[in-house]
Amino acid sequence: MNFDIDVRHDGETAIVYANEYLNKITGERIERECKRRLDAGCSTLMVSFRDTEIVNSIGISILLGVIDAAANSNAKVVFTDVNDDTGLLFESLGLTRHADIRKA
Amino acid sequence: MPENQQKLIHTFSALADIGQEVAHKFNFHEMIRTSFHLLLGSLAIMRGGIARYSRFGHELNFLAVRGLGDDFPVSASISLEDEREFLSAGMSPIELSQAKMLLFFQHYQPVIEKKGIELIVPMIVHDELVGMVMLGEKASGEPFSSADRAIVQAMARHIGVGIYQRNLMAQLERKAEENKRMYDEMRLTYADTVKSFAAAIDYKDKYTEGHSVRVGKYSELIAAELGWSDERVEGVAVAGYLHDVGKLTVEKNIINSPRRINAKETAELNKHPSVGYEILLPIHHPYSDIPLAAKYHHERLDGRGYPDGLKDEEIPYIAKIVNLADSFDAMTTNRPYKARRPAHEVVEDLQRNSGKQFAPELVTALCGAILKEMTGETKERKFRKLLGREYMEAEGIIDLLKGALNGLAATGPLTLVAAE
Repeated sequence: MNFDIDVRHDGETAIVYANEYLNKITGERIERECKRRLDAGCSTLMVSFRDTEIVNSIGISILLGVIDAAANSNAKVVFTDVNDDTGLLFESLGLTRHADIRKA
Repeated sequence: MPENQQKLIHTFSALADIGQEVAHKFNFHEMIRTSFHLLLGSLAIMRGGIARYSRFGHELNFLAVRGLGDDFPVSASISLEDEREFLSAGMSPIELSQAKMLLFFQHYQPVIEKKGIELIVPMIVHDELVGMVMLGEKASGEPFSSADRAIVQAMARHIGVGIYQRNLMAQLERKAEENKRMYDEMRLTYADTVKSFAAAIDYKDKYTEGHSVRVGKYSELIAAELGWSDERVEGVAVAGYLHDVGKLTVEKNIINSPRRINAKETAELNKHPSVGYEILLPIHHPYSDIPLAAKYHHERLDGRGYPDGLKDEEIPYIAKIVNLADSFDAMTTNRPYKARRPAHEVVEDLQRNSGKQFAPELVTALCGAILKEMTGETKERKFRKLLGREYMEAEGIIDLLKGALNGLAATGPLTLVAAE
């Protein structure tokens, strides 16, 4: 399993690519990376779930941490390439109130 | 998959994961961090914290927080009254409106309200408050339903068990430390008592003043040279200190006789190993074989010793060590009827009697320990203190010891099997 986090940067927008399984190890890396980008002045934070199949409770908690950090920096959060199951989960848990969701 | 079903699976997975986390994580803080993620993530709760309760300081200490900001207190005091309230409420989540009656809440109300805390869940295990979970709003903005509260309560119970286990472990560690301290104190008391006994034994015999103490020290040096553990070396030293305890019952005029004692007096004196055994046997010594060392310290490998005329393998090993230490001290100190023997004679005597009276590997150990001190291989000056510098530095002793060690090695290979 690959635990590396891929990040792309385009002006004030950063795209952080989540791995196939968003758990504590990869999740905390994403959270750190997102906070680093926000500190660097990023105004739109995109988290791509292109390679992600499952998001568990730890993943949700970490995404809430990203949302909280972004809110404190007045930045916008977008979850992109979200598969149907994950999209449904985000919606049922109310994450859609805090971040834009773009389906795959 | 329907939305509700998806949500249900997600929540129950978190519940299963948290049970596993508490049961299998050995790193307490890691367990708390992961459990906290699971708790917040299960219902998508935006903020909150987990605190551990210290019964001694009546204080909640936060172990993990999310979204509460830097101004949230890392610890919070709780009154005894609050503690009773929490215990009587059980683990039911307390909503903010209900919490207002608590002194705790009244004190921390501004910060709790400012941070948007909605639920307070006391963690109670075996009727003991172990901590508290504070939770803010859900990402959905919906209020906590009764099902949500049940989930939160179940997860908090798991985390509480984790904290309780950690508390128990800490208590056990404290108890173990306390026991060790007590054990060390008891050992010191025992050692002091043993030394007092040795002094009492030696006091009775004005011609062999300090003999028991020296035998204890020589026994210790021989055992240390054999590479025994510290505890076993201590045991051998004690055996040396107490080997002549039976002499306490022998008439003082026999012990202090300035002439050679007659057969009847000899028979009386020779009872001291068996009497010593009887004295030492009922005592629960922290080391094994102490009474046996007293009983058999006059036995010889060739079977010509007393009281039982045991041979080599029949003699307890500890008694062989004490026997050598006892004889070495007898040879190297002045007696009323015999002056101390020169060092070279002592070495020759040890060599000659190796395999007859003394176990060869023990003679090797004794000679080796002395040689190490004389050649400076060890910085210890123990033999020098016991025998005197002049005695130790007699001409040709180093060569004699080396020769003795070579001779002993050729005739009797060093046997360390009995060391452990």
